[in-house]
Amino acid sequence: MSEIALVNSPNVGLDKTQKGGPYVNDLSTLNLGPTHPATHGIFQNILTMDGETIVDAEQTVGYIHRAFEKIAERRPFYQITTLTDRMNYCSSPINNMGWHLTVEKLLGIEVPKRAQYIRVIMMELARLADHIVCNSILAVDTGALTGFLYVYQWREHIYEIYEELCGARLTTNMGRFGGMERDLSKVAIEKIHVLLAGLPKGLKEFEGLVMRNRIFMDRTQNVGAISAERALNYGFTGPNLRAAGVDYDVRSLNPYSSYEDFEFDVPVGTKGDTYDRFLVREEEMWQSLRIIQQAMDNLPEGPYHADAPHYYLPPKEEVYKNMEALIYHFKIVMGEIDAPVGEVYQSVEGGNGELGFYLVSDGGRTPYRLKFRRPGFIYYQAFPEMVKGSSLSDAIVTMSSMNVIAGELDT
Amino acid sequence: MEKLNNQQIIEALQKTFGEDAVYGIGESHGILQLTTHADNIVPMMHFLYADPVLKFQFLTDLAGIHFPEAKGQELGVVYHLHSLENNVRLWIKAYAPVEAPNFPTLTGLYAAANWMEREAFDFYGIIFEGHPNLIRILNVDDMDYHPMRKEYPLEDATRNDKIDEMFGR
Repeated sequence: MSEIALVNSPNVGLDKTQKGGPYVNDLSTLNLGPTHPATHGIFQNILTMDGETIVDAEQTVGYIHRAFEKIAERRPFYQITTLTDRMNYCSSPINNMGWHLTVEKLLGIEVPKRAQYIRVIMMELARLADHIVCNSILAVDTGALTGFLYVYQWREHIYEIYEELCGARLTTNMGRFGGMERDLSKVAIEKIHVLLAGLPKGLKEFEGLVMRNRIFMDRTQNVGAISAERALNYGFTGPNLRAAGVDYDVRSLNPYSSYEDFEFDVPVGTKGDTYDRFLVREEEMWQSLRIIQQAMDNLPEGPYHADAPHYYLPPKEEVYKNMEALIYHFKIVMGEIDAPVGEVYQSVEGGNGELGFYLVSDGGRTPYRLKFRRPGFIYYQAFPEMVKGSSLSDAIVTMSSMNVIAGELDT
Repeated sequence: MEKLNNQQIIEALQKTFGEDAVYGIGESHGILQLTTHADNIVPMMHFLYADPVLKFQFLTDLAGIHFPEAKGQELGVVYHLHSLENNVRLWIKAYAPVEAPNFPTLTGLYAAANWMEREAFDFYGIIFEGHPNLIRILNVDDMDYHPMRKEYPLEDATRNDKIDEMFGR
């Protein structure tokens, strides 16, 4: 054999006397991403493969890092809401509400019941939209495109409800400190009722197609499994943790925004595999519908925002006629209101786990330090451990079921 | 089961690590916070993890922080612990001088600490001794500074069309 052929051979440098012959250690490197259609986001995986089996995986993240934590240190509090939109963009209202709750905690604003209920409705709609995306795309990744079409129209419908409330669809910037910027309109209420009547049918159709489908079950069961103990050690939260059998849900353990008023179950899995994650998300969608139904039935009358003139923008008509309103309007818009000194941590149950905000205020007009606890960033670390020993196609399905959102991963 | 109160945590820590091991004790919206020396972090975390009553077995988050005015303790790390069984949260803080921002790694106890520590290293230059792979995570590899430190202003310092006292930022 010539010298050149030896250099090109993948077996150079391997111990050929090893038992099993030279081809046992014939490893290859596969670059999955950063813009691979199956990763649903901009992140890279460098997989070391032994044939079709994954031996090791190394993730590279940060492709869409936008320095939110640094930017937040120069922005008035209300302008940070738009940054939170862009983290988990599949469920922006949850991020918005989480941020509002954090600042309200710092400022000590009491939010009226009606606003809290509207927030719960919007957060549960966001969770529905998030889980619809995750589960239907998981089905698409296993080759089932049809199911996706049955539920995706409802995600569109949810976006129309957002639009009715805040004028935006994806990056919602919904609500304000102290409540909502506007009340539920007639159209919004109608649309929510249409959703409550129609989504169960679409969801049933989707589940009928996918849930007990032999191919889908074979592709997802025992794939990407993680034990409860490892999941906790890796800081898993949300559906991924519950699929492993731990019933930690921020909504029930530390209720916020009146979640204690609603009756809902926290579904848990047993194996922590892809199929369990799918089932937990499916059941959570039914529970979300249950919560929205209860909130709509018991929606309290009253104001939809707190009486907090220092932080809540006055109505525009008032600004033109009333001196105080004009002053407050100016001060709020220019970010001239000092927040009290303090440190708060507030977490909400985001679409894919515990979304936390650690806010340190030094009494200035901007946060001194703001740390986002992004669930996706923390649990994505476990990916190599979850896919080691499985095949490439299993890794794709595992990643899909983990619901890693690039915007959240990279802030 | 009676709810674990913050006083119990302080007493348990003081009993094990001595009276002056924890200081700067405070409470913020029910969450206990305390400061300790960086050397104490690992034994303290192991104690909190293994204690049959306290059971702080979930590392929620780890945040770096920079106080340029605090001489000798410029860089800090805030560990957010959560005892899921007791539903009690706890912040443990530790500080180190900016010239030698060395902290022990927690990766031996929590797998989750791996990327959290890499993030704190990336943004604050905090060195976690014993970390298996302490490299940048979100910023580009060839960046030669740690951008979340306070000496790096967000906007160009040479700009004079924006006056801070006028716009209040």
